[in-house]
Amino acid sequence: MIAEALLPPWVVVYEGTGAAPLVAADRAGLFAALLDRGYAVTRAGAGTADLQAGGAMIVIGCFPDGPPAVSDASGRCEVTVRDVTGLSVAETIAAVETARGERRMNRPPEASTIANGPVANTADTWKPWFPVIDTARCTNCMQCLSFCLFDVYGVAGDQTLRVENPANCKVNCPACSRVCPEVAIMFPKYHAGPIDGGPVAEADVHREKMKVDISALLGGDIYAKLRERSADAKTRFSKERSADQALAERRRCLTKLADAAQIPREVLDALPSPEEIQRRVEAAAGRAAAAKEAAAAKEGAAGGMNATGTAGAAGAGRST
Amino acid sequence: MIEPHLQDGTASSQADDATRILYCRCAYAQVVPAAVKDAVLEGLAAAGRGFEMVPDLCEMAARRDPHLAELARGDRPLTIVACWPRAVQGLFVLADAPLPKHGVEILNMRTDTAETVLAGVLADSFKGTAS
Repeated sequence: MIAEALLPPWVVVYEGTGAAPLVAADRAGLFAALLDRGYAVTRAGAGTADLQAGGAMIVIGCFPDGPPAVSDASGRCEVTVRDVTGLSVAETIAAVETARGERRMNRPPEASTIANGPVANTADTWKPWFPVIDTARCTNCMQCLSFCLFDVYGVAGDQTLRVENPANCKVNCPACSRVCPEVAIMFPKYHAGPIDGGPVAEADVHREKMKVDISALLGGDIYAKLRERSADAKTRFSKERSADQALAERRRCLTKLADAAQIPREVLDALPSPEEIQRRVEAAAGRAAAAKEAAAAKEGAAGGMNATGTAGAAGAGRST
Repeated sequence: MIEPHLQDGTASSQADDATRILYCRCAYAQVVPAAVKDAVLEGLAAAGRGFEMVPDLCEMAARRDPHLAELARGDRPLTIVACWPRAVQGLFVLADAPLPKHGVEILNMRTDTAETVLAGVLADSFKGTAS
């Protein structure tokens, strides 16, 4: 999975002591080109480059006296230096790519591709699409954890909700944000607020709560309804032996669900079997319930401790 | 901390208390207007001081990139030029690197003009800095 690949190399564009400045007209274009190829960049002027480590660093600059020796004070980073004197932006990019070698990295899609609509994942591009929790709004009700079939959510050590496996999220699917009663789930790459992280108004909360009610839209628990429809379809299939009819029914159901929760059709088409959905739902519900129980127990213990403390103090007061 | 410096030892003169600037390119989506992010990048590049740029904060957060923790450590003021503050804060939390309550300013290229963003970031970054 690209999302979990090694840290990409960090490019330091050095224009400090011992280096000539880049051609001013090319500077922003070079930065943009590097970023659009997936490189993080530091422009190091007269200072040091403060980078936390690991991975590799490629230092580029115009060095009149040839590339200097560069050291990594931490000793944890592989540093390569390239003199780009006289190179065009394209040639500089090529020099960086050569210095990168075989190191694998995530690549943003071409701008023209993005402009044409939502981007799907490819071998070289993992679109960073995943839920982000607004911890100031989240009440740890775990509805999203119970809802998500793809193990995106988990529970942190302190029993709070955590986005554990962002790479499991289905690109362009914001469905879990629709089940959050507090509008606490954001998708920063969504096209509109408040799901994109924009401010949340009271009206939004009300509206989201209305939308949330997917279960109501489908007449009950969403997964129960899916199971029921699946069972109905099986019955009809066995009676009528009509695969086309069963497929049409499934499509009708999924279209309704897709419209209600703004779930991309590809996501619904890729859903596992009803049995697997049931297994995953039960597993997620179990985890959510365990987290809530643990949180309640922790709260109870804390309350008990306070009560003990108070009682102790009162007892001490009585004894004197 | 990695400190690349020239062998003659003449590398560092940037004031320690200078505001760090982090620019996010949002390279994997079209949610930040291209004209704004390009104009902001040009303005920063022309400003003559050091700054950091990342292709996409979301992508880094998903990888739980250790650099985010280093940025969030809070030993210097930080200005983040990206998108909605609520989303940016959430991304740092997701990366196990929550931003400190003070000393961080988040500027929004999704809604503000390039001029507004640059005025905010450069006004702050030049406080106490002469690079």
